[in-house]
Amino acid sequence: MSATTITPAAERRLSNHVSLSQTLANTFTMAHRGLIKIKRTPEQLVDVTVQPILFTVMFTYIFGGAIAGDPLDYLPFFLPGILVQTVLTTSIVTGTQLREDMDKGVFDRFKSMPIARIAPLSGALVADTIRYGIATVLTFVMGYLMGYRPEGGFGSVVVAGLFVIVVSWALSWVFAFFGVIARSASSVQGISMIILFPLTFLSNAYVPAETLPGWLQAFVGINPISHLVTAARDLTTHGTVGADFWVALLGAAVVVAIFAPLTVRTYMRRA
Amino acid sequence: MSHNNEGNTMNTSSDWAVEAHGLVKVFGDNRAVDGVDLSVRAGSIYGVLGPNGAGKTTTISMLATLLKPDAGEARIFGHDTQREAQIVRQLIGVTAQFASVDEGMTARENLMLFCRLLGLSSAESKSKTAQLLEQFSLTDAANRTLRKFSGGMRRRLDLAASLIAQPPLIFLDEPTTGLDPRTRAQMWDTIRGLVHTGSTVLLTTQYLDEADQLADRIAVIDRGRVVAEGTADELKASVGSSSLQLRLENTGDVDDARRVIQAVLGVQAAVSPEATRLTAPMADVDRVTELLVTLRDAGIRLTEMSVQKPTLDEVFLTITGHGVEDEQSAEQSPEAERVSA
Repeated sequence: MSATTITPAAERRLSNHVSLSQTLANTFTMAHRGLIKIKRTPEQLVDVTVQPILFTVMFTYIFGGAIAGDPLDYLPFFLPGILVQTVLTTSIVTGTQLREDMDKGVFDRFKSMPIARIAPLSGALVADTIRYGIATVLTFVMGYLMGYRPEGGFGSVVVAGLFVIVVSWALSWVFAFFGVIARSASSVQGISMIILFPLTFLSNAYVPAETLPGWLQAFVGINPISHLVTAARDLTTHGTVGADFWVALLGAAVVVAIFAPLTVRTYMRRA
Repeated sequence: MSHNNEGNTMNTSSDWAVEAHGLVKVFGDNRAVDGVDLSVRAGSIYGVLGPNGAGKTTTISMLATLLKPDAGEARIFGHDTQREAQIVRQLIGVTAQFASVDEGMTARENLMLFCRLLGLSSAESKSKTAQLLEQFSLTDAANRTLRKFSGGMRRRLDLAASLIAQPPLIFLDEPTTGLDPRTRAQMWDTIRGLVHTGSTVLLTTQYLDEADQLADRIAVIDRGRVVAEGTADELKASVGSSSLQLRLENTGDVDDARRVIQAVLGVQAAVSPEATRLTAPMADVDRVTELLVTLRDAGIRLTEMSVQKPTLDEVFLTITGHGVEDEQSAEQSPEAERVSA
């Protein structure tokens, strides 16, 4: 043993509160933990690497001829759609991984340490933006390899990518909430897919809304995913920011405003 | 439970590391902890002894702010575990029964993570990590992920992580369960070393000789309640100076034999879990001859007779009236493990 002596409890400076700066510092340390884990187990990136490649190629050649007459002509329409679909699906993993993580022994240590209670949660959300980034870049790269040349230019593509990442991050709070309340990781996956699957398919991501029956068009019109897709499409094809952009951002803000406090409160109670 | 210093609650923060009163935790209809009182003097090693499922881990979890008690209250160095949870967390280190370290990272990454979370700078974290790895003989394995760690290494890393902030109170939940005898002895040395540096240690164990070896005071806990408390010697004295052990040839004679012992020695004999061995406190050695004669006259045949100095095993048996119920833990006595090691 080293000869250092322990400072007695009575002589320590103690505070029962966690400052905002400590919360931020703890969050980034936890995010760093997330990155280390990605580095240690790169196989957990399978979904954000294989899915963009597979889905982009697959759907372009399946639907391209039928919908646009030619896969190449379909790309400008379809790529923003599949981008949104891919990145949103990726954000489900935030919930499942959080659930798995919370069941691990190391969470007991986190809970017994004088750190911000929220840090393991907020850190995970921050680290996951890396995953969305990878999915976004790969989707655009696949498109480019297949001949996709967005008319909006490179700058608009970057903005569109960041825009989709921000909105997905907002939505990941919903899945984080499921992660906190669910009993198992697979149930998080299940609930999340049931919600996300119809939402992404019943939107204008794959086909123009005009081809759909009237009642479905009505739904597609109010589906927030449609606004997200339209906004991304405006950016990549025209380099313009329209009303849909702001509607989608507003929707994202509302989701965060509702689910962030809800998730945090539930998490604090359970953690 | 009686304490010589009960009621002396004013003088809290310096004297008592832990004061718990009437802690209760209920899971469904299982009263896992059913009114536990504990007082641990600062600078001592305190052992909480009991079989699996007695409520040891639940008690520690409540003291360490991991679980909210359903009733009762606890103070750590005078700070309430619920109202001042964040302060309490600055004063404790917890080494849980199931290693609370991150499986997916290396030993070094784990310690770095905990250092950083505790607010150490990057450089401080590096030197602290290096120092702890060295101290716990983990330097060679520092860059391996924990999946490849043995149970003993994992436990050492877990303990190292609990010591980063040099907390004045350390909880060790079954620190040596599942360790081989050599590693166990090392862990004991480490625990003794901690107290030399001024820490208080509260450890749980199901090994009776571990509590005997390490702890200044022991609380025996059974079915969520403290059934005895005192120094190891006090507990042993409570069951008499030595005990007489009789092994019967015929287990059907157990009840008769107990009656004879009651009549001749005037004491209750405890029956071992396998019901072949009787243990009776032996206050008056002279009367043993009489007992043996009476047993022979009654036709109760013995296969073995021995006199034993009291062990905490008997203490447990005598206090609770039943053996260490979990057969696993009864079998896992150090002797049994030594054979397999």
